[in-house]
Amino acid sequence: MENFSGQLINLFAALLLLIAFGMLSQRRVLSLINLFALQGLVLSVSTAVVAYTSHQNHLYYSAALTLVLKVLILPWILHRLIRKLNVKWDVETLINIPTTMLVGIALVVFAFNLAAPISLMAGTITKSSLGIAMASVLLSFLMMITRSKAVPQVIGFLAMENGLFFAATSATYGMPMVVELGIALDVLVGMFILGIFFFQIRETFDSLDLKHMEKLKEE
Amino acid sequence: MTIVTSLLPIDVTLGVITYWLLLAFAGLLLQNTRTITRVIFPAGAIGALVLAAAALSGLGGPVNVAMLPLGLPDLPFHLRMDSLSSFFMLLLGAASIGISLYSAGYFRDYAGNKLGLLCFEYHIFLAAMALVFLADDAYLFMVAWETMALSSYFLVTTNHSIPDTRRAGFIYLLIAHVGAIAILMCFGVMQGGHGDYTFATMRNAHLTEFWASVTFLLALFGFGAKAGIVPLHVWLPEAHPAAPSPISAMMSGIMLKTAIYGILRVTFDLIDVQLWWWGALALTLGLITALFGVIFAAVQTDMKRLLAYSSIENIGIILVGIGLTLTFHVFHKDGVAALALTATLYHALNHAFMKGLLFLGTGSVLHATGERELGKLGGLIHPMPKLALLVLVGALAIAGLPPLNGFVSEWLMLQAFLLSPGLPHSYLNMLVPIAAAALVLASALAGYVMVKFYGVIFLGQPREEKFEDAHDIGIWERLGLGWLALGSILLGIFPVFVILLIDPVTQMMVGHTLGHSAAQTGWLWLTPLEPGRASYSPLILFLIVVVGVIFTMLAVKKYYHGRLRHGPAWDCGFPEQTARMQDTAEGFGQPIRQIFEPFFGVTRIVPTPFDKHPHYRGESRDRIWDYAYLPIAWITEKLSALVGRLQHGRTHIYLLYSFLTLLALLAFIR
Repeated sequence: MENFSGQLINLFAALLLLIAFGMLSQRRVLSLINLFALQGLVLSVSTAVVAYTSHQNHLYYSAALTLVLKVLILPWILHRLIRKLNVKWDVETLINIPTTMLVGIALVVFAFNLAAPISLMAGTITKSSLGIAMASVLLSFLMMITRSKAVPQVIGFLAMENGLFFAATSATYGMPMVVELGIALDVLVGMFILGIFFFQIRETFDSLDLKHMEKLKEE
Repeated sequence: MTIVTSLLPIDVTLGVITYWLLLAFAGLLLQNTRTITRVIFPAGAIGALVLAAAALSGLGGPVNVAMLPLGLPDLPFHLRMDSLSSFFMLLLGAASIGISLYSAGYFRDYAGNKLGLLCFEYHIFLAAMALVFLADDAYLFMVAWETMALSSYFLVTTNHSIPDTRRAGFIYLLIAHVGAIAILMCFGVMQGGHGDYTFATMRNAHLTEFWASVTFLLALFGFGAKAGIVPLHVWLPEAHPAAPSPISAMMSGIMLKTAIYGILRVTFDLIDVQLWWWGALALTLGLITALFGVIFAAVQTDMKRLLAYSSIENIGIILVGIGLTLTFHVFHKDGVAALALTATLYHALNHAFMKGLLFLGTGSVLHATGERELGKLGGLIHPMPKLALLVLVGALAIAGLPPLNGFVSEWLMLQAFLLSPGLPHSYLNMLVPIAAAALVLASALAGYVMVKFYGVIFLGQPREEKFEDAHDIGIWERLGLGWLALGSILLGIFPVFVILLIDPVTQMMVGHTLGHSAAQTGWLWLTPLEPGRASYSPLILFLIVVVGVIFTMLAVKKYYHGRLRHGPAWDCGFPEQTARMQDTAEGFGQPIRQIFEPFFGVTRIVPTPFDKHPHYRGESRDRIWDYAYLPIAWITEKLSALVGRLQHGRTHIYLLYSFLTLLALLAFIR
């Protein structure tokens, strides 16, 4: 049983990494949001499996929270946003996609290398997936850098939080409940604020392309 | 009566500080020119009088300590009033009486709201200076120090509508803050890792020679920036002309002394070891500052700039005294060390009076004529005889003529040089006579500068007609100037009493006093060490001078024709003479400019002989500005341009920065 759920968790971790790469290569905003929701779902299920295996009951709450927030609410908000803003398409990346993927692979290697000594110390069942968690944090960050539009950047930001959450689960069976609740609330509030910013940016620059913000710098 | 006797000097001082703060807010709230000039400034002068009295009783008395539960939680303000702080408090109180009285008259034409603000800053400035002297922990010291710097910045920029004033204020603020950072680091070194910033801990801490030297150098730099030691002097000639005259008087006369206080406090009180080369360094720097200041003063054409450079010179002389004291103290020649320290403190006190007097005098000139350029003034002794007389006292005093006070302290300083026994160091033995010669040169040039200052402003013929009916000073100005002039005279005539006042300070700092030897032949004669070597009696000299002048006058009247004849000044028998034919400020300073040409960056515009409307212009620039400050500004600009290139305004690039930082940090902790 232990072994089986260990394999299961590794599978979910692999899926998570795959989705992270998928997001990195995805050009369409709509699909990006769906991928984000899928990532949330994988995260939620894997957390539930960890909870079942390690008998850490508070992780069930975490899983439920993730499900509600990251699979339902946030994607719904994002969908509404892009419908209102009318930006379903995102064709522009700053670096072309194959190069991004290559950089991503280098990052994964780096992350695994980084996680190796920490995994040795961690006594959790999920210790082998720590490298994947860090890799997905870094990949999401990379996505934020390579996208020129505002909405994918925000999705990258949210995906980064997913990676962090997974890292916490795999290294120490999750953060204390209070912290997790706080982070969840922060993400939600951050989303609202960013949504408002989107409208403001579009109103000012007639576009959500962040390169227009270069004008703001002091000469 | 018991209440009066049980009041400690420190309580009275705190009372005066609170009183000044109340006056400050009263001025801010009232904003009425008449009330502020007639009531608040004189009230401030009374506070200063009380402070001076408290300081006088604190000198030589027991050390008072107090703790105020103000400031941050668990970090109360520690206060301490010992002889050193009492002495400087006396300086502050005594000099600011005159300045406050003068301000009551000087500011009568200011608009109410502007004056309200000025009165607020003025009294905050006074209170902050008193707190600097009273502080017994680094925290309160820095708070008071910065309050002092900020309030004086706002006072300097009172006329902030003039771009030059804003520029002067900026330079002042910049250098003040660079200095404050050095002072803060100095305290940081001194607390030695205990994390306890009270001066009591610092006194008990033991520093190695290296860290003690670091502390001393930081203190010299930090306080030197406030005092105006070359090359940190650049703010003085900018800020003093920009500020209203009472403010210049206050800053030059009193605020510069807070820096002297700081150097003395750190070097002799807080650090437990002293090294001889500190003294040599201070001596050399002091000499450079003194010579530099006086040479530049000689070529100035703006009267307040001239006085600012003269302040630099006097700070140099004071620093020379500190250097001498340090050197002698390290080699355990405490008798001479006490003499040098007495001369230093005496000169600091004198300078507060004479420079205050002169700056206030320029204020009255400015007020009556609206002119600061020496080239346009002249002959003011006729319309303003009272002012001319009072300023004459200050000019003679600062020129170092007996029987006034400037002579006494410079003479004592020279005695310290001449009586210096062989020091156990050959370089120092060579340095001392050279330093003495340089000091004499500086004093002589100071006389030259004052002849120029007084002669061009007050003597000769008015260079512009409108000055002929300039109004003389009013009662408040007369009171303020009179107080400072009286101080200059008394300090000059009764040096033995002053030395007895300074004695507790030298006892505390170098463990030796001068009083018993100074007064050994009675209060009439001042004998620094022993009567066989040198002694001086200002009163007798004064009487001889007076008697001599009277007899000469009588003799001339009797044996010459005995008639009083009025004629145009400096006529020299020319049939037709105009005011333009007089010696000008530029002309008078010309020899100095020739001799010391390499010091100045001189630019001259000389008209051709065929020019119908010839204009001559000569400008002397401070080379230190070009060689020390502009490169720093240039490098800063280049570096910030490089850093500026980091800022693209692109969100992605910024994200990339944090991403790379994250990767680097992760790789680092790996």
